[in-house]
Amino acid sequence: MRRNVGSILAPLLLALAVLGVWELYVDLHGVDPLVLPAPHAMAVEAWNNGGLLWSNFTITAEEVVLGLALALVCGFAMAVAIHLWAPIRRAVYPHAVGSQAIPIAVIGVLLCYWWGFGIFPKLFVIALICFFPVVVTTVDGLAAVDPDQLKLLRTLDASRWQAFRFAELPAALPAALSGARIALAVGVIGAYIAETSTPSTGPHAGLGHEITADLTALQTPRAYAATAVLFLFAITCFYALSIAERKLAPPVNRQ
Amino acid sequence: MSVAPATAHSAVSLSGVSRAYRDRRGSAVQALTDLSLEIPNQSVLAVVGPSGCGKTTLLELICGLQRPDAGEVSCEPAVLMPQRDLLLPWLSALDNAALALRVARHSRSYARGRARELFAELGLAGFERSRPHELSGGMRQRVAFLRTLLSGKPVLCLDEPFGALDAITRAQMQGWLDDALRREPRTVALVTHDVEEAIVLADRVVILSPRPGRVVAEIDVDLPRPRSRTDGAVIALRERALLALGQEQDR
Repeated sequence: MRRNVGSILAPLLLALAVLGVWELYVDLHGVDPLVLPAPHAMAVEAWNNGGLLWSNFTITAEEVVLGLALALVCGFAMAVAIHLWAPIRRAVYPHAVGSQAIPIAVIGVLLCYWWGFGIFPKLFVIALICFFPVVVTTVDGLAAVDPDQLKLLRTLDASRWQAFRFAELPAALPAALSGARIALAVGVIGAYIAETSTPSTGPHAGLGHEITADLTALQTPRAYAATAVLFLFAITCFYALSIAERKLAPPVNRQ
Repeated sequence: MSVAPATAHSAVSLSGVSRAYRDRRGSAVQALTDLSLEIPNQSVLAVVGPSGCGKTTLLELICGLQRPDAGEVSCEPAVLMPQRDLLLPWLSALDNAALALRVARHSRSYARGRARELFAELGLAGFERSRPHELSGGMRQRVAFLRTLLSGKPVLCLDEPFGALDAITRAQMQGWLDDALRREPRTVALVTHDVEEAIVLADRVVILSPRPGRVVAEIDVDLPRPRSRTDGAVIALRERALLALGQEQDR
């Protein structure tokens, strides 16, 4: 119980300290709110625009959750394919690396041309940004299985699939989950990139869209308030995954 | 070369077998040359030799994990018990023991049932649900042996099964293996560098030369079981084996 209180209190105190220094810096130096709004101004903006932030947040949250799910499924499937078939590894791996260098804005119009203004182009972008850490960690996890372990399974007449199911898959699970955590951390910024590089319709098009609009409209405090929401959302997602992980992989599995 | 079914009397038979492997730098290392040996049905053969004399290669040939470069290997289906226990850390002790049955596509409940029956016999009762890291070295080794036994294969290849254990546990485990084999006889190829262990457990001891390994001496151990390491006859045979080993190393 004490540990739980500490794990909530410690980051809270750090946040308060940072906000305090920030507030003092802006007030004492008279920094223009267009350059850096004071925390209290952010809070006022968040309070006054609660409805707008919330409706944009639900859109972004949906994108992040679905986009990450897509990234995890595709990344994991690709890792397994790369592990099991050397030709796929040779053919696919370099391109998976290269895909991480694609500036999303370049393909934004194409995605819109294919799938319109809806959510799907955004999911694609998020998945494109997030799948890579899952692939790399899972491939490494699958390859890290003790070769003697596989030899043993062979003398028990295990098929290739059984060796995968009994030894490689469970051994790779912790690494795959680490990959998922990295994917999650970049997933939220991925949603921002997705929203700003693919066209959307209507005033409610997600927090990323709102931030860009606010910045051009010189509504900097509101952009900061929206950013704070993204910040908190990323933390929430991360801990939600940690809890899921504890359920999925027993402690001994994570050596 | 060929891998044919074993003859009527021998579960394992190797004749004129040679095998080379590539080391990490890519140069060929001759592990075995012109090696011939037979293991009669349901008897225990111990293979003793200096480290690096191709003992592990020999077991992998018997298990069909490698093929000989020359010569003939014919044996009944064999299962390997490697030097390290290689238990899967995410499975319980019971599920680790039952792994061979699960691989043979038996249901989980049947596999667990079979393993549970043997748990008590091996002094593992009460530890069914423990994870490998919660067990002592001797217990892990027993679980690994159970996994080997439950594969149901007629030939067991044991690669220094007790090498990593302390002297007291090792002696206990030897006694226990001797018991287990008397209850459920199998053909066993036991690789060890412990001459005493070889004499206590085996029906016949084969001594290999340093690499490339070939048979330099064979000692029949025709003593009643269970054998005591302090027994005069055991000590005499041990001296003989050590002498043969020593001569080979001095050469």
